[in-house]
Amino acid sequence: MLWVSRKTIKMNYFPDEVLEHMFFFITSHKDRNSVSLVCKSWYKIERYSRQRVFIGNCYSISPERLIARFPGLKSLTLKGKPHFADFNLVPHEWGGFVYPWIEALAKSRIGLEELRLKRMVVSDESLEFLSKSFVNFKSLVLVSCEGFTTDGLAAIAANCRFLRELDLQENEVDDQRGHWLSCFPESCTSLVTLNFACLKGEINLGALERLVVRSPNLKSLRLNHAVPLDTLQKLLMQAPQLVDLGTGSYVDDPSSEAYSKLKSVFQRCKSIRSLSGFFEVAPHCMSAIYPICRNLTFLNLSYAPGLHGNELTKLIQHCRKLQRLWILDCIGDKGLGVVASTCKELQELRVFPSDLGPGNAAMTEEGLVLLSEGCPKLNSLLYFCQQMTNAALITVAKNCPNFIRFRLCILDPVKCDPVTNQPLDEGFGAIVHFCKGLKRLSLTGLLTDQVFNYIGMYAEQLEMLSIAFAGDSDEGMLYVLNGCKKLRKLEIMKSRFGNAALLEDMGKYEAMRSLWMSSCEVTLGGCKTLAEKMPRLSVEIINESEQMEFSHDDRQKVDKMYLYRTLVGHRKDSPAFVCIL
Amino acid sequence: MSSEEAPGSSESDVTSMSYEDTELTLGLPGEGRSSAVIPALKCSAKRGFIETFDLNLGRCCNTSWGHRHSDKHVNESGAGKPPATKAQAVGWPPVRSYRQKAINESSKLYVKVAVDGAPYLRKVNLEHYSNYQDLMKDLDNLFTCFTIRNSNMEESKLMDVAKGMEYVPTYEDKDGDWMLVGDVPWKMFIECCKRIRLMKSSEAAVLALAPKASTPKCPSPS
Repeated sequence: MLWVSRKTIKMNYFPDEVLEHMFFFITSHKDRNSVSLVCKSWYKIERYSRQRVFIGNCYSISPERLIARFPGLKSLTLKGKPHFADFNLVPHEWGGFVYPWIEALAKSRIGLEELRLKRMVVSDESLEFLSKSFVNFKSLVLVSCEGFTTDGLAAIAANCRFLRELDLQENEVDDQRGHWLSCFPESCTSLVTLNFACLKGEINLGALERLVVRSPNLKSLRLNHAVPLDTLQKLLMQAPQLVDLGTGSYVDDPSSEAYSKLKSVFQRCKSIRSLSGFFEVAPHCMSAIYPICRNLTFLNLSYAPGLHGNELTKLIQHCRKLQRLWILDCIGDKGLGVVASTCKELQELRVFPSDLGPGNAAMTEEGLVLLSEGCPKLNSLLYFCQQMTNAALITVAKNCPNFIRFRLCILDPVKCDPVTNQPLDEGFGAIVHFCKGLKRLSLTGLLTDQVFNYIGMYAEQLEMLSIAFAGDSDEGMLYVLNGCKKLRKLEIMKSRFGNAALLEDMGKYEAMRSLWMSSCEVTLGGCKTLAEKMPRLSVEIINESEQMEFSHDDRQKVDKMYLYRTLVGHRKDSPAFVCIL
Repeated sequence: MSSEEAPGSSESDVTSMSYEDTELTLGLPGEGRSSAVIPALKCSAKRGFIETFDLNLGRCCNTSWGHRHSDKHVNESGAGKPPATKAQAVGWPPVRSYRQKAINESSKLYVKVAVDGAPYLRKVNLEHYSNYQDLMKDLDNLFTCFTIRNSNMEESKLMDVAKGMEYVPTYEDKDGDWMLVGDVPWKMFIECCKRIRLMKSSEAAVLALAPKASTPKCPSPS
């Protein structure tokens, strides 16, 4: 934060160039936004010098207004669908189209260089349009997007002459079997990041090898499952400077020539700090990786169910510098004990389920407690498990007071503490009480209004809260809305909160990005009231069932409601099953 | 208690829930609960709520979660969980669809491996192997009291050093027949193999002679 004292009120005697130079060092979005609020001249200087803009909800502002305010824009980050879209709660046609943004930017004189999208609908048409509209375009990052095929990627490859980054994370891409990789021209030598791990189809291996050979700046390479181990070996020979590697299919006969070459090339890859992939994995081939394990800071094995038991723990025992670990619950509680005794630098852990049935989760509270005892630096957790106890949560909270993100998912969502048969209120209460910097929290288990009382009282820094199957009454939601001053995103499903909670402090929603409530107690009438009183909110009712005549019965409960603040009124691209009140 | 109402009845929303709120109860019958009244009250109200709530969900949201509940009598005991159902309700569990697909696809080729005389089964993912030898090596690792006698697939037997018994790898194919491992090409094998059993040689001899395998005494599927 820039410190402004009384004396510096005279700063308007400084020429603009000096201020602009100072602002150059202010890079975080929050700080930049604060700077722009100081006075008119700072607002003006800030907006002309701003290069990177983050828009958390693409419907909160229009591309035209964005362009008008920030003519120097080079990098744009956009998010589209609400978070619960990840869990199939939002129909595909809901919205979040990037095309109008690209169109508007292309028409303007904006020299866009970077576009980062999350949960948006991206068509091949938009990708092609993008690739042809911005001469200096360098970086495309798509996370959890959909709507495009490898044809769109081919256009990016072919037309973006200075492309540095093509990073596709967990997108649903239709593979057209075209040779998009071959569309990178021979003259393209600027790649720094290439991540196509989420593509399902075959890859032209020769084109891939040639591309890697002519990309001396390549630092991050993440392959998809279609790239076999012997190709991996050849690629690494050409790119020993890699910092981030995602393998393809990691299966071979340990006695093969390719495997022994791989072993020796791994010994030369001294820079790899981040490792992922392993879509198929032959456990007896893991020893090749041991030499790079000692320097790893990030390891993602969450797509490798074939790696478990001894082979998994042996691997982890080599990773003493690990800071972030993503794994499957096949690791088990004991395996987490190994993590706890090995990975003393661990900050982030994500344990994903390997089986989605409620009876089959492998983790319990024991693993988490072991982890907390060994890894006091832990600040970010995603933990899918079978059960949790209050005692364990209290222990974890005391051992790891640095949590910023804490997401617990008990696969059986209303399970109480199996030892005491109590709700998990006290446990989560301890988390918010001891972890004073907590910004994100997801709760499961049997939970009453009391946990929300604790959250409202203690979670002062909380920005995002996800609730499912919890609470007894409107009181619960009110505790949160009244207590958490920094709350930006609240998403609730299948909980007993209704109109009274929704309508008590409507102004609060203008200080938040969005509110999602599905399968709760809010009625159409309640939503209408809210929409009437708050014109700067957009209140969307999403209703997919057939009784969807948007009945005029105000007492009818609303299936899904998504509301968000917006400066540009109701969006015009909503489909028929969305009603904006 | 709202449990008297017929599951799925359209009246089971507002009125029954407020009735539940005022009802004093120490919890649903059949549960070992703590004696503290207030938490128990909340817990039971909560539980009843979930079940009633899901009845509503079953109607208007068409989730299989709700439908399962409406089929069962609401007066359910059981420590805090809704009737176990493997159906995945929309939105639950909160796993990204991309990852859900990966989980579903990868479980396709997991098969159970049973060894006569072993107290538990193992599971292997046939996708991880490129040939029979790799599979046998891994089975060897999994069941460490056995060692592979030779790598010649025509005489593929596992020798139990300690017990002096021989084991023959067999598998159940898509038709339900028990076959000897190694006859068909590997790619064909992984498509049709449903489970693997390391059978004692004495029993395997019976299999080799009979034209069609009668149901062997294999461990019952769990």
